[in-house]
Amino acid sequence: MTSQPSPDIKTPRPVPLKEKLPLHWLGLVPFAVFVALFLLAPTMYIVVGAFRTIDGSFTFDNVIGLNTASIRSAYWISIKISLASASLGCLVGFCMAAAMTLGGLPKVIRGPLLTFSGVASNFAGVPLAFAFLATLGPIGLVTVFLKTNLGIDLRLLGFNILSFWGLTITYLFFQIPLMILIITPALDGLKREWREAAEILGASGPQYWRMVAFPILFPAILGTMALLFANSFGAVATAIALTGSSLNIVPILLFAQIRGDVLGDPHLGYALAFGMIVVTGIANAIYIVLRARSERWQK
Amino acid sequence: MKRLAAWAALAFGALYFLLPLMGMTEFSLKMRRGVYSLDAYARVLADPKFQETFSYSVIMAVFTILFGVLLVVPTAYWVRLKLPRARPYVEFVTLLPLVIPAIVVVFGYIRLYNTSSWLPLTGTATGTNILLMFGYATLSLPYMYRAVDTGLRTIDVTTLTEAAQSLGAGWATILGRLILPNVLVAVLSGAFVTLAIVIGEFTMAALLNRPAFGPYMQLLGANRAYEPAALAVIAFAITWGCMGLIQLVARLAPKPATPVKD
Repeated sequence: MTSQPSPDIKTPRPVPLKEKLPLHWLGLVPFAVFVALFLLAPTMYIVVGAFRTIDGSFTFDNVIGLNTASIRSAYWISIKISLASASLGCLVGFCMAAAMTLGGLPKVIRGPLLTFSGVASNFAGVPLAFAFLATLGPIGLVTVFLKTNLGIDLRLLGFNILSFWGLTITYLFFQIPLMILIITPALDGLKREWREAAEILGASGPQYWRMVAFPILFPAILGTMALLFANSFGAVATAIALTGSSLNIVPILLFAQIRGDVLGDPHLGYALAFGMIVVTGIANAIYIVLRARSERWQK
Repeated sequence: MKRLAAWAALAFGALYFLLPLMGMTEFSLKMRRGVYSLDAYARVLADPKFQETFSYSVIMAVFTILFGVLLVVPTAYWVRLKLPRARPYVEFVTLLPLVIPAIVVVFGYIRLYNTSSWLPLTGTATGTNILLMFGYATLSLPYMYRAVDTGLRTIDVTTLTEAAQSLGAGWATILGRLILPNVLVAVLSGAFVTLAIVIGEFTMAALLNRPAFGPYMQLLGANRAYEPAALAVIAFAITWGCMGLIQLVARLAPKPATPVKD
């Protein structure tokens, strides 16, 4: 679909007819073949498989088969964790980015904070889980410190790193930096004139934020949130390294299904994977639409 | 008041980010009872499995980077030069790996390229390695393509190409000796991101059963106490190193040659 023939445009000099033959698209063939074979075809195979029976005829049974208590709860917990880590990531990331760009902090903070965000947003997967186990696990640094010095027993308070909140707090380690990296340009794009104009018209600080800055930033914030949602919904490695298979979330369920057919029906596995594509696809569609809207203000 | 809130937000964030880093560092030093020691690191580094899996992943990263450069640089160049109208579509496709979870893609690989298919890549170790490399290449595609495309934006592709052509250069010469050196900084920054991704990648390697560093770390985490923390410190250092190298390359590299316009 990327390789539609298109004649060279914007050629001012008259060209001989031979050069006009639309053969330029041939240069895209290697890329198109690679993408088709190793990205699109595997995905399509899963999508089609979700709507096929074992003997190949069309069916909705696989997708309907997802509607069992355990799979429903897996999707629900996954969506909850993704929502929680995306909204908290947005909130904290926004506050930190706003503090850095508008809070009147020394300029020297900016460079290191952005560099650190680049590193931390890439520090995901298995090692991240280890870091949090060593910090908030049963004998982790913070757990032990709170217990021996302040007498607070996290376990008695019902906190467990292998749980909804444990996973959410861990995911925030790559969610917050991603938010900082994406939202900083949008915050930089807030023009000083807008604030001055609002103040001349008598707006207070909160009024400026509520009626001018926030509506401008809203698409960017919501769009980034959709991206963060998809980001944590598809995260497999961190979850498996942190919880083994003790937490029933979609990526872990699918991982176990691929490894050993735990659902007892390979086509149910396709349906499970298809569900993941649908959820992350919706989230990313929201991101793309809202990003296009938010970029209008940055010109 | 505003400044106070700003400092508070920053302090809260700093605390959240520093505690896990301190936690893993402290934990990795506690293997010997009562005193801090580097025993966990010594144990990890001496583990033949560590050396095997780590070098496997580094080699995979090198091949992924080479393949990615060979695929992305000519494509991005060609799109800029001849097919500007295809650009949004190509860009959209390169962003798809952010939409489709890696676990779904590798699930498709396992079903599509198994021993009874038309392209039985998973039948042999070499075939599976190649398949895994393609998988890694798709994972790094969004970063590689963006980096190279941004690099190409800073040079005048059309003029450079026409100048080279009028001096008698063929396509291979143009790409290898003209375009590539000019976007080298961009290519390198894409390469370091790829390196960081491939070294820590878990899902694809685990499901394709390859002895990579990610699955090794996970296995160690399930069975040991202190070594995983040491591994986490090492992995963090590698990530930091990759990102640092990107900045270093961008800062030290000579500015891309601008075409002479007179």
